[in-house]
Amino acid sequence: MGDLLFIFVSALLINNFTLSYFLGLCPFLGVSGRLVTAFRLGLANIFVMLITAVCAWTLNTYILPFAPYLRLISFIIVIASTVQFVEMAIKKLSPELFRALGIFLPLITTNCAILGLALFSTNKGYGFVEGLIYALGAGGGVTLALVLLAGIREETRILDIPKVIEGTALNLIIAGILSMAFMGFAGLFSGG
Amino acid sequence: MNQQIPDSNARTAEEFLKGIWRENPVFVAVLGMCPVLAVTNTAINSLAMGLATMFVLVFSSLLVSSLRKVIPKQVRITTFIIIIATFVTVVDFLLAALTPQVHKELGAFIALIVVNCLILGRQEAFASKNSVKLALADALGMSVGFAFALLCIGVVREILGNGSLFNIALFGEGFEPWIVMILPPGGFFTLGFLLLFFNWLQQRRKLV
Repeated sequence: MGDLLFIFVSALLINNFTLSYFLGLCPFLGVSGRLVTAFRLGLANIFVMLITAVCAWTLNTYILPFAPYLRLISFIIVIASTVQFVEMAIKKLSPELFRALGIFLPLITTNCAILGLALFSTNKGYGFVEGLIYALGAGGGVTLALVLLAGIREETRILDIPKVIEGTALNLIIAGILSMAFMGFAGLFSGG
Repeated sequence: MNQQIPDSNARTAEEFLKGIWRENPVFVAVLGMCPVLAVTNTAINSLAMGLATMFVLVFSSLLVSSLRKVIPKQVRITTFIIIIATFVTVVDFLLAALTPQVHKELGAFIALIVVNCLILGRQEAFASKNSVKLALADALGMSVGFAFALLCIGVVREILGNGSLFNIALFGEGFEPWIVMILPPGGFFTLGFLLLFFNWLQQRRKLV
């Protein structure tokens, strides 16, 4: 149990996917203009990551031992098509959920955070349950970072900002400060 | 852009040059951010990442543009991804065989070249619509521009964060390195300030 908690917290805070591994930066910088959108994107991310964890574990356990060089290609194709199927299923079964996650699902599939999750969790040799917990933590971490940045960006809109720094430059500097704040979590488990 | 003479040498040169400065993938289009920030903590890692990306982009563009009349429209994205993933696998094994040290430091980020939006973006926007010669020029220009940007960030971060360049110490004993620059926040800061600098240059040019 302690191990699972460690995996979760480490993926959520200490090794935050966005702020310390730089994964999934495109949506992080692109879709973080509004709080609501950012939160929904985060939820969709968690969702896709859980599916990814299942796919990655299945592939890694049953298929890849026979053909290790197919790792990358099979991860991408299997994850993309599974998400597509799940998207169709949701559309049929729960239009409400579909509207909330909406257009984000297909976009997220080719996001580096998703492939990164599959690669990291198989590199670390996580089992099925550990993989799921890791995905939950990583997805939560991405959501947290997105919501934080979106919140700050909504505030900056009412400020008087010099024209030169507006846009991506400002967002990157905000992200840098957030990332510094997250570095503080590093001592969380080493008894510091 | 200029479509009057489709395959002239001038146009080829133009497609090559635009990626290096005017449409630089990192500083202007802000594409492929993950590797840009993740592996640029030293100049050597930046260079390795730049070369690996160049290999993948050039060969994918070559293959995609030579197959552009064969690939069906509906499944083009999937085809591009499979082609890119194949070359990334090749580069992954190549680096593991040639420079195990660098391969270990770059880790999963080599595999993540697959989802670098720069590469897929060039296939969709350029290589799938243009002749092999132009696609090659475009891919070379874009990847040189990308490698150049990576190197800029890597050099700044290594000098400030480690006091060295390509592992050669630059300053004397008295130098106190800014550790934060080789840690993740340094990546965000360096790119943020570089973008700021380019914005400022552009504004100044407009005023003159």
